[in-house]
Amino acid sequence: MQVGEKMDNHYSIYICGVGGQGIIKTSTIIGEAAMNQGLDVVMSEIHGMSQRGGSVSTELKIGGYTSSIIPNHGADMLLSFEPIETIRGLDKVNSQTKIVFNTHPIIPSSNDKVYPNVDNMTKVLKENFNHVLPIDGTQLAIDAGSVLSLNMVLLGAVTADDKFPLTKDSVIDAMKNNLKPKFHEMNLKAIESGYKSIRG
Amino acid sequence: MNLKELVTGSSGEKQFLLGNEAAVRGVIEAGVSIAATYPGTPSSEIGNVLSVLAKDANIYFEFSTNEKVAMEVAATAAASGLRSFTFMKHVGMNVAADSFMTTAYSGVRGGMVILTADDPSLFSSQNEQDSRNYSRLANMPILEPSNCQEVKDMVKYAFDLSEQFNIPVIVRTTTRVSHMRGVVEFGDKIDNSSNNDNHWKRGHFKKDPSQFVPVPAFAGDMHVKLWNKIHKIEEITNASDLNNEIKFSQDKKYGIIASSSAYNYAHDVVKFNNLNVDILKLGFSYPFPQDKVHEFLKDLDEVFVVEEVDPIMEKETLAVCGLNNLDVIVHGKLDETFPLYHEFNSDIVADGLNKVLNFKQEENINYSSNLEQLNQDIPSRAPVLCAGCPHRAMYYGINKAIDELGLKTSDVIFASDIGCYTLGINPPYNAADYLLSMGSSVGDGCGFSVSTDQKVASFIGDSTFFHSGVSPLINAVHNKHNFVLTVLDNRITAMTGGQPNPGIPIDGMGDEAPEVSIRKLAVACGCDYVRVINPFNLDQVVKTYKEAFQRNDTAVIVSKAPCTLIKGLAKKPPVNFIEKNCNNCDKCVNEFACPAISKINGKISIDNAQCDGCNVCIQVCKYGALDAGR
Repeated sequence: MQVGEKMDNHYSIYICGVGGQGIIKTSTIIGEAAMNQGLDVVMSEIHGMSQRGGSVSTELKIGGYTSSIIPNHGADMLLSFEPIETIRGLDKVNSQTKIVFNTHPIIPSSNDKVYPNVDNMTKVLKENFNHVLPIDGTQLAIDAGSVLSLNMVLLGAVTADDKFPLTKDSVIDAMKNNLKPKFHEMNLKAIESGYKSIRG
Repeated sequence: MNLKELVTGSSGEKQFLLGNEAAVRGVIEAGVSIAATYPGTPSSEIGNVLSVLAKDANIYFEFSTNEKVAMEVAATAAASGLRSFTFMKHVGMNVAADSFMTTAYSGVRGGMVILTADDPSLFSSQNEQDSRNYSRLANMPILEPSNCQEVKDMVKYAFDLSEQFNIPVIVRTTTRVSHMRGVVEFGDKIDNSSNNDNHWKRGHFKKDPSQFVPVPAFAGDMHVKLWNKIHKIEEITNASDLNNEIKFSQDKKYGIIASSSAYNYAHDVVKFNNLNVDILKLGFSYPFPQDKVHEFLKDLDEVFVVEEVDPIMEKETLAVCGLNNLDVIVHGKLDETFPLYHEFNSDIVADGLNKVLNFKQEENINYSSNLEQLNQDIPSRAPVLCAGCPHRAMYYGINKAIDELGLKTSDVIFASDIGCYTLGINPPYNAADYLLSMGSSVGDGCGFSVSTDQKVASFIGDSTFFHSGVSPLINAVHNKHNFVLTVLDNRITAMTGGQPNPGIPIDGMGDEAPEVSIRKLAVACGCDYVRVINPFNLDQVVKTYKEAFQRNDTAVIVSKAPCTLIKGLAKKPPVNFIEKNCNNCDKCVNEFACPAISKINGKISIDNAQCDGCNVCIQVCKYGALDAGR
């Protein structure tokens, strides 16, 4: 790590994907759960021109941080909603970072380069990092009731990391406080399937 | 969280808030009566939230036509004894600057706070100007919150300060503060109940031309009074808790002076690397607290000034050293310890400090060559015009018209403006050649039409046209300029998140409002050729542009169709691809370039989730391979 930012009970998550995938909402739910557990939490998000189908990211830091930006190689978890966005987020990871990513591609309309093969991408990531955890989040979301519950699947995956300082229950409570009751049942199913995809 | 809690939440309650939401809570706690803005990221969410909460919070709120009007609404409210709030992005300050400068001279009666949200690293702006310069230019106090709690607290405090010295106060955020989310503990609210039939309180304007009419006879005195205020306020900044020292060192050798988001990075680098460096955090940074800074500097050998974007406090620190004969080395942007542009982060601040303090351990991170290759091979994902966006249809049509007129692309200058349609810069449309500021496309059309023999096509959005497109259109007509102005009327202020504008029959508090007609405005400005077209009707678009380009006056085309992101619009069925008719000309992919159409494994594919059923691609395809969905 270039800039030391390691302490017990500290946890930094870099969340990335494509505008419209529910990334800000997912991060807000984790942040609110951290607050409810009495932990310090700061988060950074990008609005405006950065959306409209562009890459989107949020950074969430639990513990006694003042800055909401994760230093290079400082993330405990990289949570990516889309395969190639994982690659764009690699500046934030180190050899011990948990890299959880959804394997379902969203092909960018830029068309400037051929979209890489996801299996090969996974193989290359595993060559370089110790904790590479691909999950077919989009399929799990469809199974839970709607592709729109992808963010809940990935939220469940976060809670499965044994270093993650929040309980699954507090994350579920925060989800209920932030999303419409009619979606709670589907979201719970999605969170559970995301959790199981990591914990097995 | 339910946004209503910003109004109903009681003292001591904690919420996980966006910096911009925290600003709204600060405004509510301060008992503000009048608020006005023109939307601009990174300040936009303040208006979006106020728009929803205004009535519950006893606040009159409006989306003004531009920042200057918003400034004037707030200034007159404060002159009438009410607390008023205006907020804008950094470049909005330029629009408001003329009236803003005078408010410093004339001052206020009720508290007036101006929040400006800067955008270091230009996440959604045309420059990264540093609004702190405005506090020095106008001689107005400025507060610089670093986090969401401070945003709330400083906005509230700014009103007290404003009333104590009868001067407007600036609160300056950056994107990383406005769009930070953090835990905010609520404070007490000041009662701002209405004293009349409206939901907001009314004041009374007591006349005093010597305070409020800056004719030369009065304005000279006003300037003297302003300096007297600033000298008094400097006593406050020297004593203020908002300017506080955070101790990390045993000996006093090295120090950091920092503000705003830059303070956050400096703090964490010092804390997590156990650096022997104290920090002076300046939350109330103008008038520059010279005595406090002197006190901090006097025992130090070297100091780092950590600030985004301009070296403003650095120069002021150098002045303190000079005035007091201090032998302290000042590191900052001027000696290239830190960069002169873009936002900072912990790595940039650590790199700068490391040039002197040498604390970083080099750690080589080696990835496999396969990963390096993969990193270079991933496709880009820049923001694009949405599927179903009326702007794409218009851009496709104008390019087709230019082609059918036998003109080359280099024969036509595209003067663009500020909005989603600036994304027309991207291929294949290539429809942005020149851009200055809000409304500039119209004035630019005037200039290009007399400076060149090229055709000129100017593009401006509906909200931007109301903002500052009308007076240059009058200029164009009166001075006989020859260009085609397109007003892309998508019935919303889209780029900033969908705020209403004078062209739609609803105001900033959700009430019915008179709709101002762009067509009638253009006619009233004296334009002889004004056409309202449906951009989704390709033949009409091409025919109209061909006509307009052959004129020798200021032709106005209103390209009118709602933004696809407007909530509640009926979704039309997606387009069908009929494979047997496709001759692989790829026009739909390469020339129309809708994100819902892609070529996968040699075959056209329609993404049904994205396709908005605008059906323009059907008109683009000559072979009948695309068909309307049912």
